[in-house]
Amino acid sequence: MLSLIPLLPFAGFLVNASMGRRLPKAASGGLASAVMVASFLVAVQQVWALAALPAGERALSQTVFTWIASGDFVIDLTFRLDPLSAVMILVITGIGSLIHIYSTAYMHEETGSEFARYFSYLNLFVFFMLLLVLGSNFLVMFVGWEGVGLCSYLLIGFYYTKKAAGDASKKAFIVNRIGDYAFILGTLLALVTFGTLDFQQIAGQVAAMPPEVTFGTFSLITLLLFIGATGKSAQIPLYTWLPDAMEGPTPVSALIHAATMVTAGVYMIGRNAVLFEAAPLTLTIVAVVGALTAIFAGTIAIAQNDIKRVLAYSTVSQLGYMFLAMGVGAFGAGIFHLFTHAFFKALLFLGSGAVIHALHHEQDIRHMGGLKAKLPVTYWTFLIGSIAIAGVPPLAGFFSKDEVLFYTFYNGHQLLWVVGVITSLLTATYMFRLVFLTFHGEYRGPQSAQGAQRAHGAHGAAAEHSGHSEHSVHDAPPAMAVVLILLAIGSAVVGFLGVPHALGGHNQFGEWLHPSFVAPAAHGMAEAASAADEASKIALERLLMAISVLVALAGIALAFGVWVRRPEIADRAAAQFPGVHRLLLNKYYVDEAYDAAVVQPIHRLSQDGLWRAMDVKVVDGAVNAAGQAVGGLSAVLRLVQTGSVRSYAASTFLGAVVILGYFLWR
Amino acid sequence: MGTSAFDAVIPVICVTLAGLVVLLAESFRKKQERMPLGGLALIGLIGAVIACVLLWDRNATSFGMVTADNYALFVNLIILTVGILTVVFSQHTVERDGLPAGEYYALLLFAIVGMMLMVQATDLLLVFLALETMSIAVYVLTGIRFNDARGTEAAFKYFLLGAFASAFLLYGIAFLFGVTGTTSLDGIGTVVAAQSMSGNPMILAAIALLIVGFGFKVGVVPFHQWSPDAYEGAPALVTGFMSTGVKAAAMAAFARIFLSSLEPMITDWAPVLWGVAAITMILGTVVGVAQTNLKRMLAYSSIAHAGYLLVGIVAGNEVGKAAILFYLAAYALTNVAGFAIIGLLGTKAAPNDDLRDYAGLWHTHPALAGLMTIVLLSLGGFPPTAGFIAKWYIFSAAVGSGYYWLAIIGFLSSVVSVFFYLRIVVMMFMTERDARPVPLPVAASAMAGLAVTVAAILYLGILPSRVIDLAAASISTVF
Repeated sequence: MLSLIPLLPFAGFLVNASMGRRLPKAASGGLASAVMVASFLVAVQQVWALAALPAGERALSQTVFTWIASGDFVIDLTFRLDPLSAVMILVITGIGSLIHIYSTAYMHEETGSEFARYFSYLNLFVFFMLLLVLGSNFLVMFVGWEGVGLCSYLLIGFYYTKKAAGDASKKAFIVNRIGDYAFILGTLLALVTFGTLDFQQIAGQVAAMPPEVTFGTFSLITLLLFIGATGKSAQIPLYTWLPDAMEGPTPVSALIHAATMVTAGVYMIGRNAVLFEAAPLTLTIVAVVGALTAIFAGTIAIAQNDIKRVLAYSTVSQLGYMFLAMGVGAFGAGIFHLFTHAFFKALLFLGSGAVIHALHHEQDIRHMGGLKAKLPVTYWTFLIGSIAIAGVPPLAGFFSKDEVLFYTFYNGHQLLWVVGVITSLLTATYMFRLVFLTFHGEYRGPQSAQGAQRAHGAHGAAAEHSGHSEHSVHDAPPAMAVVLILLAIGSAVVGFLGVPHALGGHNQFGEWLHPSFVAPAAHGMAEAASAADEASKIALERLLMAISVLVALAGIALAFGVWVRRPEIADRAAAQFPGVHRLLLNKYYVDEAYDAAVVQPIHRLSQDGLWRAMDVKVVDGAVNAAGQAVGGLSAVLRLVQTGSVRSYAASTFLGAVVILGYFLWR
Repeated sequence: MGTSAFDAVIPVICVTLAGLVVLLAESFRKKQERMPLGGLALIGLIGAVIACVLLWDRNATSFGMVTADNYALFVNLIILTVGILTVVFSQHTVERDGLPAGEYYALLLFAIVGMMLMVQATDLLLVFLALETMSIAVYVLTGIRFNDARGTEAAFKYFLLGAFASAFLLYGIAFLFGVTGTTSLDGIGTVVAAQSMSGNPMILAAIALLIVGFGFKVGVVPFHQWSPDAYEGAPALVTGFMSTGVKAAAMAAFARIFLSSLEPMITDWAPVLWGVAAITMILGTVVGVAQTNLKRMLAYSSIAHAGYLLVGIVAGNEVGKAAILFYLAAYALTNVAGFAIIGLLGTKAAPNDDLRDYAGLWHTHPALAGLMTIVLLSLGGFPPTAGFIAKWYIFSAAVGSGYYWLAIIGFLSSVVSVFFYLRIVVMMFMTERDARPVPLPVAASAMAGLAVTVAAILYLGILPSRVIDLAAASISTVF
């Protein structure tokens, strides 16, 4: 039954990939959505069965077959459902279904074969993502890990006629490869250390090993894995691909680059919580990197003008929060934030998609404004998403963010807590800047068909349009509106699953997840705190909560003051501190620095160094000479004389001399 | 089946007979008469496959210098599969490009005879003879388009350098004979095991020269330079054949000599092969990135793959030995399919082997583009394809023997290599078809062959256990 969850989307992929181009759009899109909904229903049923088990024994597993077996080293293709993967599959299939449905309307301009191509990639992505979270060992996870990267790459470059899309997909791929490399090295080292790749067996062994003996090894394994996570989950220093990935279709940004794939790194740490907890050094690094990424991306988000880029940096920043939580050992809080974030960030991306759709592919918020009346559904749902992410109670983001910040402080990382609070100010500010500039004030877009042409021309795959003067702007079609409303409801209420004790709740979400983060033997050994400790903890939590709510409201007020009441302040500030503004607008010039420090040297090495010197001069020179002196043995003989064969022989000879020399003089 | 002195060479005889029949048929053929020469070749090859299967587990030997142990049979099955696939893919192209069919199939079969004997040989002299049989046939095959300047040039270079490298090999054999007084692999093994030889400059020189000779055939740095030229100049199907068959045969003989007879001296030669493997993986990958011709790109890719295979020899443990065999199988299937697709898309007028020629292939040949994608992913070691499992095995063997750095370099180069494989995928799926003429449709038999090959690539990636067990069992009976 468990294997049905990933297999259903895979079947959808097979059908759409093989004959989707011959199907009508309604059939290919409908099929892709139907398999997703079916997969979601199976997932719900399975999680239901899981919940029926007693708390300590919640695990379902299914071994599909033995994948690799040599001697006593066996790797099974096993799916394991435990509380953690249960949360993930519900997010992936649930939000995935909604985004598939949304896409049927959003992508309607595409031709039939492009439409089928889009949905086949999307289904394939979901298949790999489910493999990633259901796999019971590192190798199966790695298959998913590589697969989602591949699909993300294909989807970012979906509008391949745009050069930016091609560049962005290439960048995403290269940056992810760096992370994947570290990840596979970490996996290999884990295999050497533990003799197994099964998550549960590793956790069991970690608990049994004395920490002082293995400190270095554990730190190295977890660090390598974490580098892998920074690639997939867009953290410093490998975050640069995610903002560029916005060149892909907007629903893809919502599904892959907000709700699911980018959270794979967070999930991976949660999956190996026991191992990471045994490597405190790595955990500290995770926390610091997470906090720095959160604030760094938050500042960039304030200065961006592309609606999707603001959301992309916001995603990077929110992922930073999740890593911060993982790093301070609050695994439940991190996953809770992952869960709530999936709702409101998918909502925000899809909302931005509705705006872009309505404006015929306009993405620059400087050309928007006043859309509140024209796009009521989009506006209200977007507003709910923004309030949720800003952390205003009682919406979802408040509970999860508060839990992250509280544990950061409580576990002794006060400085990181300050960073987190400042980030939450930034979050509220940039989100409401976006809301105000997009939906409030006067419409600033082009009023004529000429302007529409400009916006239209920026999008190669778009079909014919009648231009988008103010009057042609229309709200989301039903398939999109329904999805927006459902996600808005989710963003408003899912936080109640994790109401903290400080507010009289029971944090069911945290309780549910807890067994996934402790070693198998340690089930049910939750620490029993004394009543006095508990009371002071609750007091502290309430205080911190009040602070973060005030900060969030302050951020919204700030955005209101600057971008609604006194728009000139923003311009004046930009004019007064041109350096700072340019720095933020250009994202701290990180891309340029990477290009100069890494990309160009490698390019030169491959192109000019190894290839030009070795290959072009020697080999191609000879080939060209052959082309000129047409046919015949004489030409061939002349070639031999020009030196290429001689130089090849010389290299062989030199190699022989080096090897002989090594033997004789070692 | 009774036993006789000829048992071990039955598969070889099947292929030899087929080659002779093809040659005879060709000489009796009237001009313009069509003959199913490919079919004759297939009969011989399939006969040999059956013979190999029947000889399994029987450890037959003939004449004291040919063995049919499971190791040899496993590799021979790989070589025969490569041969069968090459013949299937060639049916249509030979006719289309006006290649001399009789010579083409006969040379193909004689090259296979050389390869099989090389794998089965337990005497260095026979190894050498087999290697020359194989090489001379392959030299001619490289230049089989005799009115094509590039092909002729490539064949000539390949021949000159091949002769040069053979001299090294022969010299190495002579040295080994000088020290041990025998050319039999078992005999050499006995002598080397009996006394410590690591101070003996003669045997060290012999090892060095053998490494050069085999290194050339396998195509490792710095003895690789012939291969991009030869691979580019030869017809794509021949390239597919020689980049897999020649490599498999040479690698198998290489491994047999170094992991059995010279095994006692592993601490002497392992560091050299370590260095060669590392440079090969790095250079093959980095230079491959800069290529825009698909055949050259795959040539550098196959150089890098030779480096990965060497990692298995360096590791020298049980996992490593099985990994070499599995890797050979995975690599052979993948590369034959890759070059076949290139060959099928080429025409007589235009080779269509530049990266640009693959722009928008998905729009004109969706099935071919899909198959090519899986092939490329397998070459890049992406799960769940054969290439992934093969690499995983090789590198875990290296780690198991404590060669961490070699594994790290190997993973790094395979990570980088995906970049150039993916470039082709991008070309096929993410670029507009430009004004170039649409390539011709592909023959149904070739399409079916490709589909089966790609299915096998996926099978080896998803359910590798059976083949891995077979590989491990076959090699454990030998070394």
